[in-house]
Amino acid sequence: MTGALRVLEGQLVAYRRTWRGSVITTFINPVLFLSAMGLGLGSLVDRGARLGSLSYLAFYASGLLAAQAMQTGVGDAAFPVMAGFKWSKTYHTALATPIAIRDLVFGHATFILLRVTLAAVAFALVAAIFGAFAVTAALTAVPVVVLCGLAYALPVMAFTASREHESALIAVFRFGLVPMFLLSGTFFPLDQLPGWLQAMATLVPLWHAIELVRALTLDAASALPWAAHVGYLTLWLVVGALLAPRMFRRRLVA
Amino acid sequence: MVARGLTKRFGELTAVDAIDFDVHTGEVFGFLGPNGAGKTSTMRMIGAVSPLTGGTLQVLDRDPATDGAEIRARLGVVPQENTVDEELSVTDNLYIYGRYFGMPRAQVRRRIPELLEFAQLTDRADDKVTVLSGGMKRRLVIARALINTPSMVLLDEPTTGLDPQARHLVWDRLHELTRQGVTLLLTTHYMDEAEQLCDRLVVMSDATIVAEGSPRELIATYAGREVLEVRFPPGHRYAGWTGLDGIGSRREVLADRVIIYGDDAEQLTSAVTHSGVEVASMLVRRASLEDVFLRLTGRRLIE
Ligand SMILES: Nc1ncnc2c1ncn2[C@@H]1O[C@H](COP(=O)(O)OP(=O)(O)OP(=O)(O)O)[C@@H](O)[C@H]1O
Ligand SMILES: [Mg+2]
Repeated sequence: MTGALRVLEGQLVAYRRTWRGSVITTFINPVLFLSAMGLGLGSLVDRGARLGSLSYLAFYASGLLAAQAMQTGVGDAAFPVMAGFKWSKTYHTALATPIAIRDLVFGHATFILLRVTLAAVAFALVAAIFGAFAVTAALTAVPVVVLCGLAYALPVMAFTASREHESALIAVFRFGLVPMFLLSGTFFPLDQLPGWLQAMATLVPLWHAIELVRALTLDAASALPWAAHVGYLTLWLVVGALLAPRMFRRRLVA
Repeated sequence: MVARGLTKRFGELTAVDAIDFDVHTGEVFGFLGPNGAGKTSTMRMIGAVSPLTGGTLQVLDRDPATDGAEIRARLGVVPQENTVDEELSVTDNLYIYGRYFGMPRAQVRRRIPELLEFAQLTDRADDKVTVLSGGMKRRLVIARALINTPSMVLLDEPTTGLDPQARHLVWDRLHELTRQGVTLLLTTHYMDEAEQLCDRLVVMSDATIVAEGSPRELIATYAGREVLEVRFPPGHRYAGWTGLDGIGSRREVLADRVIIYGDDAEQLTSAVTHSGVEVASMLVRRASLEDVFLRLTGRRLIE
């Protein structure tokens, strides 16, 4: 465990070099997305009144809160992890010391947890300023959002470790993330989709996270009991946490 | 350090084939061998990062299979390839590495200036690694390996790719370490490096050890005392090789010259002169590890 903390500290020391830029985008992105999509597109959607009393801004912001955690989780588990194997080789460096493989995995995952938390809090604050929902409601959703980020990050860490070439990572974004984004209900309610697509959506972790976030921030009823949504996200997280050390070992120990 | 029947296989390929050797505390022990001989594979097993396929290994009186972390805590490792984070400063690289060992923050901060001094990088402390020269990076990696004040340091080709001046600087630093009583294990394919640094060495070829001893012993056993190198005018090479039969105790025919071994260089020189073979130049020199290697493996180390 202390080994994981030392790996985390290494990540934080490295992060000191880039944190300014990254914190700025953490705040700017929500502003851009919420004004363009939430307010701009929302003004058209709300005239159509498909969402009842709910504003499109509130609907979209609650979805995006979880979706951006997915994005951060996957992003941080893809190229930065590949760098540890291939470019900066920080994983190889660490393994010459008493650091163990599980320390690398869980130290890095803890760093991702911090990044997802920071991004979620920033987004929640910006969305509250836009009037999408109350600050307190948004902050109660942060743990769910962080769970969502890690439910993506750990399996993707395992996947990255199993791939020799980074082109596989681009495929994850293109063929994994984008469809999940569209099927998650971030942009529009899924009840407009054919039944089989709705059934597929229930496999998407992001959909479960968004159901929970909307229940917490918009007082909407979630599709399934809370425990089912939380359980499904936890399942992904646990499978990832079991697979990632194995894949790291296979990659690093020869 | 004791290795018996040490073996490493990657699938079908045997990288290290049942080798035996001992390394004593405080000595400089070398693995000399050409590309692919199995030097790095051996070092990685000793460094407790690569599991053995067979045999037994004791490092610092422990078994790498069960006490890997304890062994690594007391080792310094300079990998063949510089694994430094190029985007970070020299100091940050050292700091992070020191913390991996669980050293207290204050202790790491105290140690860093000493190491920078040792590696002659003090004025580069805050530079990003990207801007350092190859020699500086190598010295940084060596300094990093010392952060935990190891009792044994593994150096995999410490000076490959460095210019002569940079190599001498590294050698000087390594001599300094041995004066402090640190055990050094190094691999190299430079003869002069092995002669300069090693108390004892093994010659590796095709996954096995083909000879073992001090540089002087190896030279005495496998090369004899004196060496005559004969070069021929263009077009006369083939005639030259055959015309020299019977001179000296042994001959090696290389692409550009013939090397003749014997105990008395003057006698060899006059025999060549009297053979009637047309010669472009003759050079007498003392036998070296290069000759040992040629004898043992039939090839030169650096083609
Ligand atoms: N991880 C690996 N997987 C498969 N084969 C490997 C691996 N590492 C080394 N080998 C093979 O094992 C053999 C010995 O390699 P090794 O790196 O130990 O040689 P070396 O003496 O260090 O050579 P060099 O001087 O080029 O560094 C080579 O044939 C190499 O291709
Ligand atoms: Mg090697």
